[in-house]
Amino acid sequence: MSRTFATALRFSLLTWVMFGLGYPLLEVGINQLAFPGRANGSLVRLHGRVVGSRLIEQRFRGARWFHGRPSAVHMNPTSSGASNLGPSSPELARHLAMRSKRLLARHPGLVGRRLPADMITSSGSGLDPDITPANAYLQARWVARARGLPLASVRRLVTRDTRGPWLGLFGRARVNVLSLNLGLQRLRD
Amino acid sequence: MSANAFWQIVIELLVAVAISVPFGRYIARVFQEQKTLLDPVLDPVDRLIYRVIGQDAVKEGMGWKGYAVNMLLTNLLMGLLIYVILSFQAHLPWNPLHFSDLSPFLAFNTAASFITNTNWQNYGGESTLSLLSQMAAITFPMFTSAATGFVVAIAFFRALSPNSDKGRNLGNFYRDFVRVLTRVFLVPCLLITPILVWQGSPETLTGMVTSHLIQGGVQHIPMGPVADLEVIKHLGTNGGGFFNANSAHPFENPTPLSNIIETLLMMVGPMALVVAFGRMVGNPKLARVMYAVMASMLVVALFTAVIAEQRGTPLLAHAGLMQHAGAGQMGGNMVGKEVRFGITQSALFDTVSTAFTTGTVNSMLDSYTPVGGMVSLVQMMLNCVFGGKGVGILNFLMYGIFAVFIAGLMVGRTPEFLGKKIEKREIVLASLALLVHPLIILVPTAWSLMAPYGVSSLGNAGSHGLSEVLYAFTSTAANNGSAFAGLNGNTPWYNVALGIVMLVGRYASIIFMLALGGSLAAKPLVQETVGTLKTDTVLFGGFWFATIVVVGALTFFPALVLGPIAEFFALYAHHAAVGAIR
Repeated sequence: MSRTFATALRFSLLTWVMFGLGYPLLEVGINQLAFPGRANGSLVRLHGRVVGSRLIEQRFRGARWFHGRPSAVHMNPTSSGASNLGPSSPELARHLAMRSKRLLARHPGLVGRRLPADMITSSGSGLDPDITPANAYLQARWVARARGLPLASVRRLVTRDTRGPWLGLFGRARVNVLSLNLGLQRLRD
Repeated sequence: MSANAFWQIVIELLVAVAISVPFGRYIARVFQEQKTLLDPVLDPVDRLIYRVIGQDAVKEGMGWKGYAVNMLLTNLLMGLLIYVILSFQAHLPWNPLHFSDLSPFLAFNTAASFITNTNWQNYGGESTLSLLSQMAAITFPMFTSAATGFVVAIAFFRALSPNSDKGRNLGNFYRDFVRVLTRVFLVPCLLITPILVWQGSPETLTGMVTSHLIQGGVQHIPMGPVADLEVIKHLGTNGGGFFNANSAHPFENPTPLSNIIETLLMMVGPMALVVAFGRMVGNPKLARVMYAVMASMLVVALFTAVIAEQRGTPLLAHAGLMQHAGAGQMGGNMVGKEVRFGITQSALFDTVSTAFTTGTVNSMLDSYTPVGGMVSLVQMMLNCVFGGKGVGILNFLMYGIFAVFIAGLMVGRTPEFLGKKIEKREIVLASLALLVHPLIILVPTAWSLMAPYGVSSLGNAGSHGLSEVLYAFTSTAANNGSAFAGLNGNTPWYNVALGIVMLVGRYASIIFMLALGGSLAAKPLVQETVGTLKTDTVLFGGFWFATIVVVGALTFFPALVLGPIAEFFALYAHHAAVGAIR
């Protein structure tokens, strides 16, 4: 029995060193060399300062900027997650009604229109960096007006930043909000 | 259903099938000690490992008891190691964010969860675990727990094969284990991790980056060695995320391509095991029948879930959201889903995850439509729609033993399976393996719903609250790990109850099935006669399918009626009434 135990113990410790330490550290080494930008979180720098990650949603306020999706965790990456409200939850209905009411109050042009599916629903991660093109084109109107820009140039920005489904089939067309807003800032400069 | 959704599903399934066939043949070669292409590279690695653990220990052949004892012993030691690391992480290196030690309840639940291949998480990774814990207490058991399920299945296949030496030799546990780790898991992990990093998944020892936002303010972004964990998480049908949001998190699953890679990684292993089974027991035709039955259950589940999520709900329509896919938006139920995946890649991913009992999610099941969520629940109740590494096919074979027995009684033939008579002992063992599953789901669910400490954790009221608890115990019993995550599981009651359910769900059924294998192996082969009920036919495949559905339905239908089915009718009836009043 003691021999069986000793074997099991040696085996457990060996696999622990190999797969709990060796494998992850080896991959860190390889990928830090191969993809330094992406292996470190796809950070975006502006004038030398980190202004966010291309993959992580951040909050934008006011009509001068494109807005991302609502987030159940206030876009706080240290506690990602969703509302987890069930499909028949009265609280879900309340959240949706509140968000659409706020949106319609600011943009009366939306009254009576159906909204794109992603516009007032909160995402799975709470950090969804993308919106749908339909959502972005809707927002382009008031962003252009607030900035005094021609609508066509803002719409061009959306078109430029739209990434289609992979191979034209898998996943959905999407627009990265941070990239859109950095584009807006460049238009101004 | 749109053509777009249809082709996404069909093409991904076909790719998975196309990979699983050669992969299964490769696995059979590995465990029949035949030459493979990787031998020149991996033989020296294996020899080095054998030298450390002892040359003699990897040579002796083991019967089912020896195999089971060594399996339990290594799992126990590994589980303790995980428990210790989690309990003392504050005192160990690589804790850049200074997280404290896990409480004993949470450490027990987490250790039980990861050593059993469940990966149920009562914590959020980015706010709880040090980088050392993520590597040495999470990534580590993702390899070994998957390998455990895998080798148990291999031993069972050997027991059913014609040259099983009367069950005295089902192989050597350690040798099998090492060969799974190096030849089946390690090589794909090394190759695929850089692809995920290329797509955007971080792989770093930096714990957190602070960014200064454009409109002022700061955002703290945690990261770490994420990509390497993602690969084994899916390949080993593990499912535990680096982050709380799991594969919905853009760092875990940044693009549609990474989503497809993760989906395929989950599917190919359990599918390939069916192919390997056919080779190892010398009956590829039987394996094709099994593969077809499992695949047809999966196809039904996939289409049901995708259609249900795409239809949306009256609640969403009432809120003024577009419900049909159209120019530049996807419609449907986007609550808890990510834009880059849309409806199809979300429902596809989560349904595959619960079929193959991985438990990873890229969209939040708690917010799925009643039908979409029920699909996941039912798959875990059946627990053999391909199922997790190794154990899925064992469950499927268990149903096969019942199918043979029932069919034999109906037409008056002796029940035989692969040339072995099915007698009292086999039926008793299979019944025990079958009954453990509903027992550890339904009893603790009922208990939780009657106790104040159980009900206080609910995140939603009404039938959906019942579904949350039912889902938790189903997911842990099936060693899946996905959740209706509105339920707060980090309480003493749920930590302990779910932890015990995971351990029983894992080891009780494995031991019963190994014992069953040992019992079958010891029997003499009976000659096939005209009186033999053939099991490798389409007809018997249909009967196998019916047995699974009938037994599953009889066991779980009442619980489903109270949960998702009641919610479905309540949701539609309520909105019909509201519509009528207007």
